[in-house]
Amino acid sequence: MTINRILSIGILLSSIAILFTGCKPKGPQSVTTSGAAEKVYVAPGQYDEFYNIVSGGFNGQMSIYGLPSGRLFRIIPVFSVFPENGYGFSEESKAMLNTSHGFVPWDDLHHIALSQTNGEHDGRWAFGNANNTPRVGRVDMKTFRTVEILELPNSAGNHSSPFITENSEYIIAGTRFSVPMGENRDVPISSYKKNFKGTLSFISVNPQSGKMNLSFQLVTPGVNFDLSRAGKGPSHGWFFFSCYNTEQAYTLLEVNASQRDKDFILAVNWKKAEEYLKQGKGKKVSNVKYAHNFIDEKTDVATSEMLNEVMQLDIAELKDIAYFIPCPKSPHGCDTDPSGEYIVASGKLAATIPVFSFAKIQKAITDKAYDGDFNGIPIIKYEAALHGEVQKPGLGPLHTEFDASGNAYTSFFVSSEIVKWDVKSLKVLDRVHTYYSIGHLCVPGGPTKKPHGKYVIAYNKITKDRYLPTGPELAQSAQLYSIDGDKMQLLLDFPTVGEPHYAEAIPASLIAPNSTKFYKIEDNKHPYAAKGEKQTKVERKGNQVHVYMTAIRSHLTPDNIEGIKLGDEVYFHVTNLEQDWDVPHGFAVKGAANAEILIMPGETQTLKWKPDDVGVFPFYCTDFCSALHQEMQGYIRVSGTGSNVPITFSTGKIEEEPKGK
Amino acid sequence: MKKIIFSIGIALLFYNCAPDKPKTKEEYPEFDESQTPAPAASQVDPTKGIGIIKEVTLNKPIEQDRVKRGVSIYEMKCSACHKLTDQRLVGPGWKDVTKRRRPEWIMNMVTNVEVMLDKDAEAQKLLELCLTRMPNQNVSIGDARDILEFMRQNDGEK
Repeated sequence: MTINRILSIGILLSSIAILFTGCKPKGPQSVTTSGAAEKVYVAPGQYDEFYNIVSGGFNGQMSIYGLPSGRLFRIIPVFSVFPENGYGFSEESKAMLNTSHGFVPWDDLHHIALSQTNGEHDGRWAFGNANNTPRVGRVDMKTFRTVEILELPNSAGNHSSPFITENSEYIIAGTRFSVPMGENRDVPISSYKKNFKGTLSFISVNPQSGKMNLSFQLVTPGVNFDLSRAGKGPSHGWFFFSCYNTEQAYTLLEVNASQRDKDFILAVNWKKAEEYLKQGKGKKVSNVKYAHNFIDEKTDVATSEMLNEVMQLDIAELKDIAYFIPCPKSPHGCDTDPSGEYIVASGKLAATIPVFSFAKIQKAITDKAYDGDFNGIPIIKYEAALHGEVQKPGLGPLHTEFDASGNAYTSFFVSSEIVKWDVKSLKVLDRVHTYYSIGHLCVPGGPTKKPHGKYVIAYNKITKDRYLPTGPELAQSAQLYSIDGDKMQLLLDFPTVGEPHYAEAIPASLIAPNSTKFYKIEDNKHPYAAKGEKQTKVERKGNQVHVYMTAIRSHLTPDNIEGIKLGDEVYFHVTNLEQDWDVPHGFAVKGAANAEILIMPGETQTLKWKPDDVGVFPFYCTDFCSALHQEMQGYIRVSGTGSNVPITFSTGKIEEEPKGK
Repeated sequence: MKKIIFSIGIALLFYNCAPDKPKTKEEYPEFDESQTPAPAASQVDPTKGIGIIKEVTLNKPIEQDRVKRGVSIYEMKCSACHKLTDQRLVGPGWKDVTKRRRPEWIMNMVTNVEVMLDKDAEAQKLLELCLTRMPNQNVSIGDARDILEFMRQNDGEK
């Protein structure tokens, strides 16, 4: 054996050894301390303590996890079609995705706002934003379904959205891109400074029904709005927005919008704006077009209406409703603490975190402690508004959440960490690493007056080696930390779907007891409902055929249908007659271009089918419902265009075999 | 021993913070007290089934307003599986059901079907025959009483 040979065997063996000892990908090894497992263990049959309502980012959905287990329970489609439950496919739900640009099947959902009463979570609705085609959606937390979507005119890149006031009076939505609006829209891009404007939309929320209405828009100078929070307690009646690109650049923003040492926080007195509206100072603008879609609770059918008017107020014309406050280096997060006194602004390129004081802002306005103006809006002197700066907190501060004991938790993208600091003294108390590059973070109740505390969850932008690899595309990594003690403690990694941005967490006790178990068949007012098999029928209206069908374990009625002709459009309106929790039925027919539908107990859903050939086509239940699920099926016969086969339908009828053919 | 204390700790943890699991019907009966008198504690009669219906008073002649409501509930929630003849579809036909069963048994079967199918010997015999568990159609006590009246009419009572 040559020395070479011995050497190569040696190398081979040691590589094998490395391979096996290194079977977990390299990276930070377990940094959890003992006891983490039992803190996140939810025994079989037990419930989690919190719901975590998480934005899905580019999938346009919200997802629902349990905390502390990190288990995924549900995906709620909001701005995207969803094959799992037929959202955007069923005839009832298609109108939900209608916009002034037509049907948009996929958008980008970044932020969650849970409804509040007296500044606390009330568990009624979850709002989310569509970034690309600006919209705000409302999810009913009884049914976990999207029930309303409102499009926003004069908005472009609806990023600073949705944020909610302490009694859910308004959802606000600030535009990321400023754009030319009104009559004069076909203008050179280089005329940004002259022609481009931003808008802040104030959407009122009906306190009983939750129904949204675009109440008014504030027109602002052309800048980019990024994020926002409502005031609370003493600052209730105000809104705070972070803005960047006060350079008013329209190209290569990476460089051109990062020139100034300071951008701004815009403080808006919305109670004052309401007064001006009452005094008739609003301007009704009518050259707009935006869709308002909602599901009628009684019929369960979505309708879409196109609206053409919006009320506007120009903040530069009305001198005392808005003020700029300088803020270092492209501010991103803009968060108000539970007391409502402190506003934390995170310059994403800054090395400090400025904290502003609401009382000082008020005093500065009274004293007119201004430093000139920006496009006609007064700029409050930085020092006059400042409570203080958190020194050397980390690199790239983004977002801040709060607990009930006066602590703030800020995420740092560049240095991949969460830093805990004291809001009053501004002292850094603790820091933990995240894996990797945290974006948003969430403390249960963090944006409210009464945070529930206990945990902070990191929604990381980069996953790399945290899970088994699944090709170039990886699950996003969320991480759960305990914040009960002085030291934050990493408890759990859990993968998420889409790319979460903001999320909220709410005690399960505020939602679980109100959860809908089934729809009462007696209350079903769907125009094509068959409430009992006696009401099933097949009706021809010209070339449209409406099948009023029922589903119950384990048959569909009717299950034999004849008399359909090529060129017909067949609408299967399937009513699920079950009246028990967790017994949906599904429906699919061969050749349907529109996938399938899922029908909850007591509900009616419609599948449209345009047969493209003659023959006998099968249909069946797609949701395993009982021991005889595989028997839940039927046939529909399609004849040629000129055929004279009459419409007939039946279930359980056995005829003698026809003679001849 | 350590283990036991640990489990108790966990149990307490969850007991304290997790929301209540949904209550079964037995724990929270939506029972209309005016319908039947309170039963004596010792009274256990297997022919009456299991549930909160202990005593049903039947009137003669049959109550037509109940029959009317009973028919519409039947058509909405029952007819998909039960015929009015003696023919079995998914479940048994209803012909003569009021002669085979006590009124209390029928109403308990309609309103407390999960427990009946798990514990009542007669209900279990029917499950073995039909092989499909009768679904809980969330029929209220009052509605069940109306259905019972309709069954009486279907069986020829005047």
